[in-house]
Amino acid sequence: MFSYLVRRCVYGALILLGVNLLTFFLFFTVNTPDDMARLNIGGKHITQDLIDKWKLERGYDKPLYLNDAKQGTERITDTIFWERSVSLFELKFGRSDAESAGDIGPEVARRMGVSVRLALPLFVLQVIASTAFALLLVMFRHTRLDFWGVVTCVLMLSISSLIYIIVGQFTFSRLLRVAPISGYEPGWDVVKFLALPIALSLLARLGTEARLYRAMFLEEIGKDYVRTARAKGLSETVVLFRHVLRNALLPIVTSAGSYLPYVFLGSLVFESFFALPGLGAYVIDAITKQDFAVVRTMVFVGSLLYIATFVLIDVAYTWVDPRVRLG
Amino acid sequence: MISMMPKFVLLWTDATTWALILCVLAYAVAVSRSPNLKASWRKVFREAPALCSSLILGLCLLITATDSVHYRNALPHVPGMPAGAVAYDSVTRSGLDWLLSGLIDSREDTYSRPLDYLSYRRDTVSINGQLQRVSPRLKHGGAHLSDPEHQWAADLTSRVGTGLALGLLLAVACAAALFAALARAREARFLDTAASVWRKEGDIPWRAGLWTLVAMAMLIGVVLSLMGAYHVFGTDTTGNDVLYQSLKCIRTAFVIGSLSTIATLPLAVVLGIMAGYFRGWVDELIQYFYTVLSSVPNILLIAACVLMMQVFLDKHPDLFETGVERSDVKLALLCAVLGLTGWPSLCRLLRAETMKLRELDYVQAANAFGVSSSRIMVRHIFPNVAHLMLIVTVLDFSSLILYEAVLSYVGVGVDPSMNSFGGMLNLARKEMSLDPVVWWSFCAAFGFMVTVVLAVNLFADGVRDAFDPRARAFRPRLPISRKPVASNQEA
Repeated sequence: MFSYLVRRCVYGALILLGVNLLTFFLFFTVNTPDDMARLNIGGKHITQDLIDKWKLERGYDKPLYLNDAKQGTERITDTIFWERSVSLFELKFGRSDAESAGDIGPEVARRMGVSVRLALPLFVLQVIASTAFALLLVMFRHTRLDFWGVVTCVLMLSISSLIYIIVGQFTFSRLLRVAPISGYEPGWDVVKFLALPIALSLLARLGTEARLYRAMFLEEIGKDYVRTARAKGLSETVVLFRHVLRNALLPIVTSAGSYLPYVFLGSLVFESFFALPGLGAYVIDAITKQDFAVVRTMVFVGSLLYIATFVLIDVAYTWVDPRVRLG
Repeated sequence: MISMMPKFVLLWTDATTWALILCVLAYAVAVSRSPNLKASWRKVFREAPALCSSLILGLCLLITATDSVHYRNALPHVPGMPAGAVAYDSVTRSGLDWLLSGLIDSREDTYSRPLDYLSYRRDTVSINGQLQRVSPRLKHGGAHLSDPEHQWAADLTSRVGTGLALGLLLAVACAAALFAALARAREARFLDTAASVWRKEGDIPWRAGLWTLVAMAMLIGVVLSLMGAYHVFGTDTTGNDVLYQSLKCIRTAFVIGSLSTIATLPLAVVLGIMAGYFRGWVDELIQYFYTVLSSVPNILLIAACVLMMQVFLDKHPDLFETGVERSDVKLALLCAVLGLTGWPSLCRLLRAETMKLRELDYVQAANAFGVSSSRIMVRHIFPNVAHLMLIVTVLDFSSLILYEAVLSYVGVGVDPSMNSFGGMLNLARKEMSLDPVVWWSFCAAFGFMVTVVLAVNLFADGVRDAFDPRARAFRPRLPISRKPVASNQEA
């Protein structure tokens, strides 16, 4: 298992290298630093001096991939690509492109805390709620409850998450006044601000998840061991909870695990609608301000989390299903 | 005499939309010739939800098609201009705009409630020396009423009545045409056919389809008869008709849904089949590519690509003649970005399926006969994974329509000047916090969006169940299944 993990991590590093290459190409070659400087400085009278100063302040004043002016290894190391890549892998994200904003690293760490506060309870509740709802439907399969349950799921997954937010904010914050419309406070008061976004986010994804889990459970129920269990005279509840649930966990872990990166990255839409100062809101701010350094960093952080998650999921497999051996 | 013919403008998305419609037609011809495909598609339409939603989608497709013909009007000849030269309007219009020109021309000043004759705005007017807050009359909505307070309700009722009657008439005509066609096909009498459809006999649920048709026709009838005199869904902040905007959104949603999924296909199919067939280093390389792409959280990757695209377009403002052309190129590029970032999932699926297929006897036999690899992939593997392509395409369609709303909210969606559900919801967010609440824009976007997405979802489920027999087992069933339903539940 250890050697497997090492191999996975090496492959992960390779992937990260690819991501780095891709983002660098996107952010520096499709549009050169000069273009970004012009866009960021704005206004009509942009002189080359201003552009050069802007580039120098942010360390964009070197050649992109190859420095012909230098000799030996410096030809490669004294370039934007090398410096940016190395600093990303050291998790030093540098300063943001915006004039007033400071260093990206501490900002990301601070905001990640907020995002986790929103997304971790959401993640746990999501898995519990979807599994419970799906199990309920499976328990009453081929009845009206199952039929209308699935109809509700299809209806729910046809509604955009924006609609859930707008309706939810309107009813609970404006009409009923039970939750603040938006905002954030550190400490225990945060519950008040997080309750509504968590509930709405849960609702917005319940349809998709519950339908998926239901299909997974039904797939398991058709298998031979379930028939054997029933033939032994086990009750339906025992069959469902002890046999089917246990075996359906594997696909559920995969499906739920793919949401894990977002526990740290936060939800772009929910955070910005409810004015929570998390990473999602950070990205949206960066997009509206066209702060490319921040977007670039977030792409890197995002894929780092994604790769880490998938190693974690692999480990979780061995715990969920003893037959799976990593080797 | 200078001709006043409008100049037709072929936008990028227009060209691709029409190409797509032609492809669908060609596919339909292919289906009618192949007994296997025909049987599968018959299975799709045996499910009532799929049949009913296909009717709604057909209407949406019609709207998309008329909205995908663009032209610029010729301007009247100005004395100073050289003879023979024609100047064209800088506004690009579409076929739908031409049909709905009444709605475009009846622009108000600001918000107004649905079907109202008064504006949302309140002016302070002095009446008999006292200052009062009064809503002014609308310029167009209900402008034909001389005494609106007393005439309004009666006028509305009569218009709704006419609309319902016209819609019903249309639906009855369609039903009669259907019965006649069925009677001819079954060589039965007209009335017998009608009775058998009413009793839900036969494997296609015509009755449910007819009910959908009746509902649709009556709704359209009512909207059409009200549309000329009122703003059926009210007006937005700049006084534009919300109904018109909602109808325009349908094209945007359909273009994004279809073009983006189509854009994923070439890469996913070619690379997926190659990875599965060749294995070895080709497989490793392709896997590496798609793992890199899929390990960046999707929305961040799209945001990054779209941002870069916007910078590029800002740098070259001279590429486009009109604003519509510009926003259209943005839409086309957004679809390309969605396609280029979305191919890994389908690619993975096709790779796995190809790996299974290449071990089968018929592929081995073809190999033994010395058929070249490329020919095996095209002739033997591709047709056998094509159903996966179809299923994934229709399933992705609805999620892309939903995704568009989120992307527009984030600021990396379609151009703000282009009507889209995301844009409408984005504005609705501010409108819902006004006092009194401006709810109609939101409700219109909500209604249209849910209808379209739900129809696509139900249709996609039907397609998946018909082409992937395994999926049928998960369809929810009612305990008391009525006769014709029971006949097709062999799963």
